[in-house]
Amino acid sequence: MTDSGAGTAGRRAPGELENEVLAALWAVGGPATAGVVQKRVAGDPAYTTVLTILSRLYEKGLVTRERAGRGYLYSPVRDEAGHAAAGMRALLDKGGDRAAVLARFVSELATEDEEILEQLLRGHQEG
Amino acid sequence: MRVALFTPLAVSAVLAIATPWAGGRLPPRLAAWLLTLASLVAAVGTAIALGMMAFTLIAQIPAIAAEGEWSPGLVAAHTPVIWPVAVVCALALAGCLGSLVSSAWRQGTMWLAARRESRALPTDSDMTVVDDPVPHAFALPGSPGRIVVSSGMLRALSAEERSALLAHERAHLRHRHHLFLLVLCLAAALNPMLRPVARAGSFAVERWADEEAGTLVGDRPLVARAVARAALAAKQAPRHSLAATGGPVPQRVRALLAPPPPFRRDLVVAHALLMVICCSSLALSANDMDRLFDTASPGHLHAAQWRHDHHER
Repeated sequence: MTDSGAGTAGRRAPGELENEVLAALWAVGGPATAGVVQKRVAGDPAYTTVLTILSRLYEKGLVTRERAGRGYLYSPVRDEAGHAAAGMRALLDKGGDRAAVLARFVSELATEDEEILEQLLRGHQEG
Repeated sequence: MRVALFTPLAVSAVLAIATPWAGGRLPPRLAAWLLTLASLVAAVGTAIALGMMAFTLIAQIPAIAAEGEWSPGLVAAHTPVIWPVAVVCALALAGCLGSLVSSAWRQGTMWLAARRESRALPTDSDMTVVDDPVPHAFALPGSPGRIVVSSGMLRALSAEERSALLAHERAHLRHRHHLFLLVLCLAAALNPMLRPVARAGSFAVERWADEEAGTLVGDRPLVARAVARAALAAKQAPRHSLAATGGPVPQRVRALLAPPPPFRRDLVVAHALLMVICCSSLALSANDMDRLFDTASPGHLHAAQWRHDHHER
């Protein structure tokens, strides 16, 4: 796992790793240290790499940080009012065929598909 | 002539029946190209054929005949299309063009609105995170294009699965998949017979991004897990809202867990044959139309005859 993971990290462009670090910070949910973020980035990037990227994200104004002991606790910059999130979701809600040019990651699931998917996931993990 | 005029319609029907089956049996990248090309040729071909048939009647309107300097009576006498068929063609063409315009308008306004919403979010790179517990993610075309993903989606996936999701969306942006989707959607608006082709085409585009993500992260089953996990998370969200553009998720997961489909020469040849039939029948019809209006234009004929004689002398 570690070997193939390191290979993945090596092949990523700098901007891509930056996205993955930001995505990992968002996935944590609350303020997090660089060490916590590092564990949540695929492909085992070096601690110093994650730290460098976090300071770059801070300089760009995409994350905030507060001192905690010897290091920092990082948090993603949120849209406090939630206007953009609400606007974007309202847009996707009325989407349907209108949003054909916006390639969505996943489409709506029928209830029977839900079971099929869980079976596929289980079956693959066992096999 | 009549057969040639109706060939694009027949080709559209064959595509509508064959592509849902054939699309999934080709490598996704090839399938996306072939289906997009096919729907473009079939939609434009059908519109031209309808236009030519409608014009045999429109050309008999005295004002238009005077403008074109042909005889309405001669057009009526020699037209290969009976007038009720021409009327139906004219109405169908008007309906198709109306649906094309409204579909293009909808896609355009949707895209502009999505750009506007994403500009309001803090970003510096090609990824924008929306602070929204409902899991969603999509590729927003533009220059530069941008990945829009909700914090709910990022939280639902593991680190490796997030990597696969980002690779999938980057593949959409890198290969300008929105142009494929736009052509497929507009072709289906122009010719509703091509709706199954548009569905098969968008599915091929999704599969293309899945396969490219699988290559990038070096693990196809991982992409399958990411797709399945994302779909299940979106389903469980209290207000799930997902467009039907991603293509059926179980088929994508199954395809990623199976070996990648091999190249199929027979399907590519069948596709090429259909395209050649569609285009050559249009050329044939255009030639017939040209002859019809030559016949119906005594003035032109005499002038041509005169020039001919003049040269001989």
